[in-house]
Amino acid sequence: MFYFLAAILIISAILTVSLKNLFHCALCLAVALLSLAGLYFYLDAPFVGVMQLIIYVGAIMILILFAIMLTTRISDRLISASNHQIIPAIVAILIFLFFVLTAIGQAVMPAKPGRMFEPIIGLGNALLTTYLLPFEVVSFLLLAALVGAVVIARRDD
Amino acid sequence: MEVMFVSLILFGIGLFGALTRKNAVAILMAIELMLNAINLNFVFFSRNLIDISGQIFALFVIAIAAAEAAIGLAIIMNLYREFKGIDVEKVSLLKL
Repeated sequence: MFYFLAAILIISAILTVSLKNLFHCALCLAVALLSLAGLYFYLDAPFVGVMQLIIYVGAIMILILFAIMLTTRISDRLISASNHQIIPAIVAILIFLFFVLTAIGQAVMPAKPGRMFEPIIGLGNALLTTYLLPFEVVSFLLLAALVGAVVIARRDD
Repeated sequence: MEVMFVSLILFGIGLFGALTRKNAVAILMAIELMLNAINLNFVFFSRNLIDISGQIFALFVIAIAAAEAAIGLAIIMNLYREFKGIDVEKVSLLKL
């Protein structure tokens, strides 16, 4: 099950960054996000999986699709999708992968992945005790960002 | 352990997209991929270390990603109005 979801995730992610038609890219991104939600369920994080479905697939994808439909013209599809920096980008990514793989190789992993305690109860307790202040700060940030988005996108005639 | 490699590959793909795409919306989608790779790592470590904090931070990252998408798309709308297109190579007002 894990390898199936991971394969779908990697393939749709590659399609997301390589397809020419932007609309197809967005649909592939939606598939990638859906398979990620499945992976969260697999990893004993059902609440994060549901939030992934609601926020990412439900809200952010709709925002992105609206932006594509409002900004892309038919002629844009004829322009080449990528710039002329593919080789430097690949080199940079290989260097990055090398360093991270070295770090992973030196890391000491905990012996056995024990069974998670009730994740939803733990999440509720932690959000309202230890992480109460960050929780409020994030909600305020989200409000400020949405108001800011409205102000930025408004046409000033 | 495999989850870390999946997340690493996903981050690499997102980085590649963010570095090579010309379309601003495509760059935004690549950044979403990178954020999701980080989230996958958070959730994986949350399970392995039996600590709920990883999931909390994954939720925070999702909230920040929503804010980022809203602001980024608003900026892209302005870009489209100003430059009649969302090719980021045309946006070079700060270049000498």
